[in-house]
Amino acid sequence: MTSFVKPKIRRKQEPVNTLGMVRADYDGTASTLCAGCGHDSVNAALARAFFELSVEPHMAVKVSGIGCSSKSPTYFMSDAHGANTVHGRMPAFATGAVAANSDLTYIGISGDGDSLSIGLGQMAHAIRRNVNMLYMLYNNGVYGLTKGQFSASADIGSVAKKGGANELPPIDPAALALATGATFVARSFSGDREQLIPLIKAGLRHTGFAVIDVISPCVTFNDHKGSTKSYAHTYKYFHPAVHADFVPPSEEIITAYEEGELMPVEMHDGSRIRLRKLDSDYDPRDRAGAFAKVLEGQSKDEILTGLLYINEDLPDMHARKNTGPRPLNQIPYSELNPGAAKLKDLQRSFR
Amino acid sequence: MNGPSVNDFVIKVATVNGTGSASANGLLMKTIFRMGVPVVGKNIFPSNIQGLPTWYEIRVTGDGYGGRDGNVHLSVAMNPDTYADDVAELTPGGVLMYDSTWPRPQLTARTDVTVIGVPLSRMCNDAFAVARSRVLMKNMAYVGAAAALLNLDMAVIQALVEEMFASKPRLVPDNMKALALGFDYVSENFECPLPFRVMSMNKTEGKIIIDGNTAAALGCVYGGATFGAWYPITPSTSLMDGFAEYCAKLRVDPETGFNKFCIIQAEDELAAAGLTIGASWNGARAFTPTSGPGISLMSEFIGYAYYAEVPMVLFDIQRVGPSTGMPTRTQQCDIQLCAYASHGDTRHILVFPANPRECFEMAVNALDLAERFQTPVFFMSDIDIGMNDWMVDELTWDDTYIPDRGKVLTAEEVDGLDTFHRYLDVDGDTIPYRTLPGTNPKGSYFLRGSGHNKFGRYTEKGPEYKEVVDRLLAKWKSAAEAVPAPITISARSKARCGIIAVGSSDPAVLEARDRLEASGIPVDYMRVRGFPFSKEVEAFIDAHEQVFVVEQNRDAQLRGLLVAETTAPKEKLVAILHYSGEPLNFRFVYDEIQTAVKVRKIA
Ligand SMILES: Cc1ncc(C[n+]2csc(CCOP(=O)(O)OP(=O)(O)O)c2C)c(N)n1
Ligand code: SF4
Ligand SMILES: [Mg+2]
Repeated sequence: MTSFVKPKIRRKQEPVNTLGMVRADYDGTASTLCAGCGHDSVNAALARAFFELSVEPHMAVKVSGIGCSSKSPTYFMSDAHGANTVHGRMPAFATGAVAANSDLTYIGISGDGDSLSIGLGQMAHAIRRNVNMLYMLYNNGVYGLTKGQFSASADIGSVAKKGGANELPPIDPAALALATGATFVARSFSGDREQLIPLIKAGLRHTGFAVIDVISPCVTFNDHKGSTKSYAHTYKYFHPAVHADFVPPSEEIITAYEEGELMPVEMHDGSRIRLRKLDSDYDPRDRAGAFAKVLEGQSKDEILTGLLYINEDLPDMHARKNTGPRPLNQIPYSELNPGAAKLKDLQRSFR
Repeated sequence: MNGPSVNDFVIKVATVNGTGSASANGLLMKTIFRMGVPVVGKNIFPSNIQGLPTWYEIRVTGDGYGGRDGNVHLSVAMNPDTYADDVAELTPGGVLMYDSTWPRPQLTARTDVTVIGVPLSRMCNDAFAVARSRVLMKNMAYVGAAAALLNLDMAVIQALVEEMFASKPRLVPDNMKALALGFDYVSENFECPLPFRVMSMNKTEGKIIIDGNTAAALGCVYGGATFGAWYPITPSTSLMDGFAEYCAKLRVDPETGFNKFCIIQAEDELAAAGLTIGASWNGARAFTPTSGPGISLMSEFIGYAYYAEVPMVLFDIQRVGPSTGMPTRTQQCDIQLCAYASHGDTRHILVFPANPRECFEMAVNALDLAERFQTPVFFMSDIDIGMNDWMVDELTWDDTYIPDRGKVLTAEEVDGLDTFHRYLDVDGDTIPYRTLPGTNPKGSYFLRGSGHNKFGRYTEKGPEYKEVVDRLLAKWKSAAEAVPAPITISARSKARCGIIAVGSSDPAVLEARDRLEASGIPVDYMRVRGFPFSKEVEAFIDAHEQVFVVEQNRDAQLRGLLVAETTAPKEKLVAILHYSGEPLNFRFVYDEIQTAVKVRKIA
């Protein structure tokens, strides 16, 4: 099927962002995913988040692997460059792209198959490098595009549409991200935009690698009774641990915070995240605590959601590579060429 | 081609890996070089850190030939495990020097060679107290012994030792003492120097000694590469080591202290390829050094870069395959793999440097070609070029060079367009325009490895798909005249036969050709330097009755490419194959061609 550009028709008095753009300016081509697919809701949340953050679309880069989820970059923000790479290898491509230009906002979109099977190594290593990007893992427990095989995030006992239960233990993306050193780890649900949108905004503004594991049901192959990644199951076991409000830098600093609220987390660009504890003793700035809580959630069959962990203090890849504020791809050749005289000089050691 | 003579002989030093002999061998070679006599060095080393046998071969070649000889005249046998092989390998009339601390009468079984025993270990044990320094000093002692036998200039050696230890001058006296031990013992006990020996000449001025990986690394620096990604693999590692070293020296902003480069050690070659493509898509000049196993792993991404038209430069420092093969031995065994790497209809641009100087130049060519043609470009080096020290003309740089970044539109240029379509052949030269992320909203496009039409949109329509891949083929073909042109050496009289070769086969083929001509067999020689083949290659084959294709692999891969990619009749191309893993030598080429010519009666 050939895709086409969705016509942009503006409503009167539509809200505009600080760039004077409306939400529809963040649309992409019409989705070709199944009606009701969780991925479409996540894409809508992404478009909303970029709109609300007033990111100039052409200053953002969308990259993905292969899968239904990985088709997403075309379904929002058409004015941004994007790349659909190869299966499981988006993290490497993204890392290279980020290295070349630190000025843009990067978002990677992947699936549970793309990230947790074929791409497990790449995902872990991009996390380890603390590449400055938001990594969205659209998690539906199956390989949608190849018609419903179990993925590595399928829970033990989850039943396939064609019958047969999964026997292997799941890989929990949040636990994986925490173990491999992610500096921003969140989990959410395609059906909860209230929770998802602020998390996306915070993830985009985070300096370093932000992972959001989004439960995003596959209506065609994994939304039946007995599946633990169905809408019904997710609604039932959804357990928000902490709510994160994203406050952009322009808004006034709130000095007093409400009962049950944690200290706000300062982001590098001056924005902040206001965290509201929904659980008694949860502090997402404590990595060991977050890890314990995620494991505890697993054992209780609870889908622990919210901003599970954040650390704004670790150097991202650019800081570690000491590349400075100027993007690599903007250094003129005159500054890269050491010159003929230098070449002559350094060859003295070859004689 | 007869026996050894002054400034024309081969020294082969046999040692044990990990005993620190590399710098001693380098010293020996550089001394001869500084005496103005051309040299060829070949390191034949094991895939091992310590304990296995290793050899260093130095050919002294007053004629200035750059390849291996194939014979050995002086064997410096420092590894008892390989004595038998080292003796057997000597040319009649040759000399073997060994450590006679532990006498080996059986070494004298061959009556046509001379055995010289020098008690190196005993002398060093007596002279030095520390165990490790005894081992290291023994290396210096054999250099001293060889210096006496070969008439090397001790003043040159001393100067080199002083340079070697410039940062630790206190080590100089002990090293000079060890050198003297060997030198004095040999001078006192044997008639010195040997009939084949070194005599100062003036043939190394303007020359340097450098390995291909170092030169390629410098090429990447001068060519303006800002991004490199790799996963360590012999024999490509030293290329990235070199790049890192030169970037640290030459690419740190003196004012801000910030790096004007980024190097990422990937988790594997799949990632190295992805990193390179991502950086390149986003406007950095990017490359990845690897070897055959890495190319195998990168294949999926290579097809992606080809189809989505993203520049990337791959340095393939070829080593013996298949599989892990012999990782420290040389071959030209990835020619076909690289020419067509990845699934589907894919074909690539290859450049074939033949020596370190060309590594420097062609690294820059490869970076230019990749961006100009928006496609992967393979730099086909090998262990022989990449890791051995070659004597080449000093590298030069033209400061007026401007990188060919290809058709990249600026924000202003995009503004001037009605619409931008990534894969539209606007100029009719098969190369479309590209834009970089972050320049202009109007220039945004979606990069994909799935079916796309010329507007860059997803398609599954046959005609639309074909339109794009047909243009890709035409684009690839148009690179034939843009890759480095072949170099032809013609015989003085009309030749019925020709030779075609690539890369590191060059010096041995050049020498064999000269000697064939001298013995009454005129042959023309074309060294191919790029793929797709230019028209000249076809014309060369056309102009000869028989063409010998000399290459370093079992399956005649270059010949296969010539058969597939030119109109040449198959029968005309005769494969001459060398694939033992050792660098090619001229005698092999000479003998094979001479025999073939006799059998075919085509001289
Ligand atoms: C190298 C390779 N192997 C296999 C495939 C086939 N394939 C395409 S998508 C996919 C799984 C996608 O699953 P997931 O990432 O969970 O995405 P979803 O479709 O569920 O959103 C597979 C196996 C491929 N494209 N490439
Ligand atoms: S198959 Fe599943 S994942 Fe793919 S589009 Fe349909 S609902 Fe979504
Ligand atoms: Mg999936």
